[in-house]
Amino acid sequence: MKVVNHKLPSVDGKGLMMGRPGYTDDLADPNALIVKVLRSPHAYARIISLDTSKAEALEGVELVLTSKDFDRRPFTRAGQGYPEPSPHDKFVFDEFVRYVGDEVCAVAAIDLVTCEKALKLIEVEYEVLTPILDLEEAIDNEIIIHPEPEIHDMFPIGFEPKRNIAAAYHMEVGSVEETLKDCEVILKQHFYTHAQAHVMMEPHTVNARIDYQNRLVLYTSTQTPIHVRRIISQSLNYPLSKIRVIKPRVGGGFGGKQAIHGEIIVSAVTLKTGKSAKMIYTRKEVFESSYTRHPMRFDITLGAMKDGTLKAIDCKVLSDTGAYGEHALTVFMVAGSKVLPLYNKVDSVRFYGDVVYTNHTPAGAYRGYGAIQGNYALESSIDMLCEKLAIDPILFRQKNMILEGETSPIFEIMGEGTEGTAMMMESCKLDYCVTRGLELIKWNEKYPRVTLPNSKVKGVGMAIAMQGSGIPYIDMAAATIKLNDDGFYNLMIGATDIGQGSDTILAQIAAEELGTTLDNMIVYSSDSDLTPFDTGAYASSTTYVSGNAVVKAAKQMKNMLIEEAEKVLETKVAFDGITFTADNGKEITLKELSNRLYYNEDQKQLTATSSYVGHKSPPPFMAGFVEVDVDIETGEFDIIDYVSVVDCGTTINPKLAQGQVEGGIVQGIGMAVYEEVLINKDGRMITNDMMTYHIPTRLEIKNLTTEFAISYEESGPFGAKSVGEIGIDTPPAAIANAIYNAVGVRITSLPITPEKVLQGILKLKENNHE
Amino acid sequence: MKIHVTVNGYKKAFDIEPSDYLLDTLRKYNYLSVKRGCDNTSCGVCTILLDGKPVPSCSLLSAKADGHSIITVEGIPKEAEKLSEHFGHEGADQCGYCNPSMAVNVHALKNEIQNPTDDEIKEYLVGNLCRCTGYIGQHKAIKSYLEDEK
Repeated sequence: MKVVNHKLPSVDGKGLMMGRPGYTDDLADPNALIVKVLRSPHAYARIISLDTSKAEALEGVELVLTSKDFDRRPFTRAGQGYPEPSPHDKFVFDEFVRYVGDEVCAVAAIDLVTCEKALKLIEVEYEVLTPILDLEEAIDNEIIIHPEPEIHDMFPIGFEPKRNIAAAYHMEVGSVEETLKDCEVILKQHFYTHAQAHVMMEPHTVNARIDYQNRLVLYTSTQTPIHVRRIISQSLNYPLSKIRVIKPRVGGGFGGKQAIHGEIIVSAVTLKTGKSAKMIYTRKEVFESSYTRHPMRFDITLGAMKDGTLKAIDCKVLSDTGAYGEHALTVFMVAGSKVLPLYNKVDSVRFYGDVVYTNHTPAGAYRGYGAIQGNYALESSIDMLCEKLAIDPILFRQKNMILEGETSPIFEIMGEGTEGTAMMMESCKLDYCVTRGLELIKWNEKYPRVTLPNSKVKGVGMAIAMQGSGIPYIDMAAATIKLNDDGFYNLMIGATDIGQGSDTILAQIAAEELGTTLDNMIVYSSDSDLTPFDTGAYASSTTYVSGNAVVKAAKQMKNMLIEEAEKVLETKVAFDGITFTADNGKEITLKELSNRLYYNEDQKQLTATSSYVGHKSPPPFMAGFVEVDVDIETGEFDIIDYVSVVDCGTTINPKLAQGQVEGGIVQGIGMAVYEEVLINKDGRMITNDMMTYHIPTRLEIKNLTTEFAISYEESGPFGAKSVGEIGIDTPPAAIANAIYNAVGVRITSLPITPEKVLQGILKLKENNHE
Repeated sequence: MKIHVTVNGYKKAFDIEPSDYLLDTLRKYNYLSVKRGCDNTSCGVCTILLDGKPVPSCSLLSAKADGHSIITVEGIPKEAEKLSEHFGHEGADQCGYCNPSMAVNVHALKNEIQNPTDDEIKEYLVGNLCRCTGYIGQHKAIKSYLEDEK
């Protein structure tokens, strides 16, 4: 291959480094009205009265929007396909506010100072209600977070708002109870995972204007422009055909930009005033008033035989979706569906539980999407079981984990919100990933621990993981390739590059298929008027689903070119990407052919459009290994190296794939160790800026070692599977296992802090004295 | 009020309010490489050089810049382009939002420290947060850029 599987620089890196304008706010109308939202100071309250008269009277205030300006029509901001698997439980503005930072009303004014002044002039009388701030107290609490009658689900998802249940799920293969009766060793353990914030560098940003055709045009920092257009249309009852959503360059998303943020309110301002308007979230708003990862409680029971055969997995989960149910069911299901098949040889497996409403900042899509939570619980408990069995955790995994050519019944049972799709593992190099990772981290020299000088102990730990590649039969992508005069191409895709490099890798795929170079394939994403349909950048779908659409479009274009060349040369031709050569030796170059087609003879435009929907979701796999040095006096620990060996099929661009893995690893390390959303007793987030919420800096990240297994997924574009999410899954469990191996302290609630480690060390000492 | 500054080598007069921050003033005057990230000097994406020293422009009052020289990445295109080639080689650019400020800060580092060690590079750039890359690719790219520039 000449372009695919080559370490080419990204198509946009240079321009962005040089500061060329490209992000949403770079493209705002300089005269746009500034829109700000008045946000709730209470975790739960009913608005008794709302007086906006003083704000409206302030010079420079264009309008104040309240619930009176909108039809009472519930929707979901989740940014998913339609009908959504998330409950329609949100109004633009409501009489209730359900978390600190929830939307009360909005102001549009001539500048930020006026806007902020106006917010202070709005008088709100609240009936302050007692909030639910503990996910374990939500079900059947006398406090009901969503009492409004109009809310509903789109199809059965276990939605019971009167019980504070946003979604519920139950599945069982075999009979866990029966299998456990026959097991020789049983492990029971519960785990807690916490809320994590996305902290993409570019805050949520949107601007809107009415164009010269009297249509509403938005630039917005989103992962899902097509869904954004649909949700604006549905929530404002405004024709879809009059809305254009442009996704310019996006400064990071990680799932946080799958959902709707300010788009509806800004659109409403522009539609009502006819004037341009814009909204940029403050960092405080990004933390308090967007989304977090779903915190979860896991109750795990594992049953095994003394010979190390895993027989049963029981997994009960309670998930906290916060004030609104965006992604409630689907994140919950992924905690099972993209974790449990790792151990596919069990006799029985059960996965069930509820997703509850609380008065926390809503939880939503976040890279890993349940899999990181489930992976922490399962891969921690596997190590605990191995200790009970006195069996090496590597040997145990090698004996029980999924291998190439195998399957799991879970693939058919569990999808995302619906039933799943049966599939065999046509490509699964997990066994290689484990073996190679052991070598790279020098496991045999370090496992379980090495005592170091200065009161330190080195430990190693590991975990295995899987993800998916899009949602079969739901995620659809399309690509259009246009031939230009002079013989270069445009690739137009709905797939949304949010920084992960999809513009580059999709152009590589098209260039490879057409035998041309990357600089001859000018890529553009995404604009709801100009680029074809694509569900967006989520569910690890872009490389696999959009990539397959690009392959199909490129093949179609190649056939069209050959047909035209054969008309000119009047015989069969071969095409090498530059020149068409006939059997009789006659030639015409692509450049000559295209100039002929556009200027001279048989004039016509050549454009190929194709689309793809997955029939399966081949999982990428990885093994993650970590080395930690723990100070037994203080509980502090350093992450010395993180080894990742990944099977994502063919790496379309090995360097960009490495960037995806390593970026995921560091976000996973952040979740495991450094990051924690803290809420006070009144429900206020106290980690609402980047001084109090610590994402890893370049000082904490000492070394990352990343390799890819040689693997080829037959159904993928040039053999590729996804790579966007898999990197994030292993760090919590691998680090927890490494800490245990180093000092014998088992951390069962994230994050893994020095305080918890030290507490554990002191408790062990105390127990040893007794 | 009016301030007089030199931006990327050119003398400019900016109309400002006394409460304006330099980030907003620069963006208002179309220096769009300067980005908004955190509002309180903790992320680094608004970094510019004030008289050659890196400062976060989100928390510097525009009035304080009066009479001073400002460099944004638009003022060091050759350096940024070279650095971007090293980033491209390492696959170290993802969303790109933090990259203009990174280029500005690496430029300052290059002028300030001769032959920096790994730790000195990391310490100098610690204020430039990145949520995409995991840092290691960036670090390799910056090191090889600095080597090349010797």
